[in-house]
Amino acid sequence: MNLEIKKATRQSFGEAITELGKKRKDIVVLDADLSNATKTNIFAKEVADRFFDMGIAEQDMLATAAGLATCGKIPFAATFAVFATGRAYDQIRNSICYPKLNVKICGTHAGVTVGEDGATHQMLEDINLMRGLPNMTILCPSDDTQTRWAVEEASNIDGPVYLRFGRANTPLIYEEGTKFEFGKAVQLGEGKDATIFATGMVVAEALKAQKMLKTEGIDVRVVDIHTIKPIDKDIIIKCAKETNKLISIEEHNMIGGLGTAISEVLTDACPAKLTRMGMKDCFGRSGKAMELLTYYGLTAEDICKNIRNKKV
Amino acid sequence: MNKQEISIENLKEKALSIRRNIIEMVYSASSGHPGGALSIADIITVLYFLELRITVEEPNNPDRDRLVLSKGHCSTALYAALAEKGFIPKEDLKGFRKLDSYLQGHPDMNKISGVDMTSGSLGQGLSVANGMAIAGKLDNKDYRVYCICGDGEIEEGQIWEAAMTSSHYQLDNVCLIIDNNNLQIDGKVNEVMNPYPIDKKLESFGFHVITIDGHNFEEIIEAFNEAKKVKGQPTAIIAKTIKGKGVSYMENEVSWHGKAPNEEEYHLAIKEFMQ
Repeated sequence: MNLEIKKATRQSFGEAITELGKKRKDIVVLDADLSNATKTNIFAKEVADRFFDMGIAEQDMLATAAGLATCGKIPFAATFAVFATGRAYDQIRNSICYPKLNVKICGTHAGVTVGEDGATHQMLEDINLMRGLPNMTILCPSDDTQTRWAVEEASNIDGPVYLRFGRANTPLIYEEGTKFEFGKAVQLGEGKDATIFATGMVVAEALKAQKMLKTEGIDVRVVDIHTIKPIDKDIIIKCAKETNKLISIEEHNMIGGLGTAISEVLTDACPAKLTRMGMKDCFGRSGKAMELLTYYGLTAEDICKNIRNKKV
Repeated sequence: MNKQEISIENLKEKALSIRRNIIEMVYSASSGHPGGALSIADIITVLYFLELRITVEEPNNPDRDRLVLSKGHCSTALYAALAEKGFIPKEDLKGFRKLDSYLQGHPDMNKISGVDMTSGSLGQGLSVANGMAIAGKLDNKDYRVYCICGDGEIEEGQIWEAAMTSSHYQLDNVCLIIDNNNLQIDGKVNEVMNPYPIDKKLESFGFHVITIDGHNFEEIIEAFNEAKKVKGQPTAIIAKTIKGKGVSYMENEVSWHGKAPNEEEYHLAIKEFMQ
């Protein structure tokens, strides 16, 4: 594991969908005038005949994708997470999820690490919105390797998938070619003092915290939850039984995201205290990505504080 | 999937049967949307008995023509046509909107044979039709995609996003039909939120526009034929219709948008169909 900053998951997405598109002729990519930012411009250049720029019209893009899916195409529709899941929510609900159409909704620029663009562009409620939709699957990869897997995995799932990607560069966590399993979280470490459940960009922060705590004699495990829906119930129950503390961290509102999903499992199957870290029901603000993680208390140091805290 | 030969007289008989079944369904369910279903009954009849290249045996044939009923609340017209055509048993129509039936209030493509797209939330159908049309172009298929929208429905902004797309991608395999009955739930469309001039708007968006009497079979047939000859741009047929057409007390009465007739009204409607 090399925690040096490497590559943004949106970049990995652009590369992965291009590779996949060259292999699979049923893949079509749509974008809403953000292909330079979502990185579908790579696909647009290399698989030009199956790329459709829909202009600044997300609702039209998602419903067009639904139409393509009825004809056997596998559309990947990309734009910023805030517009994909917010602007086009009704299209996703009524024209994609209800008819269970094979549309892949690719939301880049999720979370507060969007940075300078500020609150209007930092999507913090998308997991909540998408998780509440029947038939929806949610994948939220944490690094380049996992993103490549997630993109291919999404193409093999028969039904709607929401893929969540970040704007900022993130460390490479997994070796190239690492195998992941749909619906099965990745446990990193065997520590019994605490479990840190994390998803997406902040898995790297959880791993940094794990390393820092180790030097203090605190042994924690990190659970990378790349499939948020359906969530891996088994690993949550297992960790609740095996570790003393449970913490969740996400770049998302604390309401309705990963922490909520874990709480639901604990409530149903294995009551335990969970400390949820995330955006405290607020909107973001402009700043640099790492500054914002610090400002909102979502860094490795914040995780360490929570684990050292006897009250948690 | 060859087209069948059918006379105007036969089409009129089919349309009458569809209208009767619309009333039967709405009466049986004590709910539904008779007004707009009756206004598209003649267009739906021409589509299902003359225009659409579809077969009951292969409802999902990839080469078939497609219909997106964007104004999904007028599902009774679609269901009646599907039953008339043999996609679903006629006796199932009485289950419309009931718990043990697959005939949902709004069309569900996964529950009903012959339904090409689930609809109900207004404004989305033209985008879906565009997606189907783009897929057809990618696969070098010659199928056509029809989309029926209401004239109130085009107040939804997405319709105009989609209209740009139809035109931008030169989707000449798309035929948009506007059911211009001039009424929406809250009143006359020009009084609630004026969409006129619909023809000039669509022309400026790049459509080939044909305006017809939506209850005149010759004009409906001719419009579809003209649309097929248009290359490089989509066609929009603005069908001037009468909401509630065929049931005297429902015609041009906005109150019949989403209301079922009582027993007396039901018998009156059936009597009118018999005449």
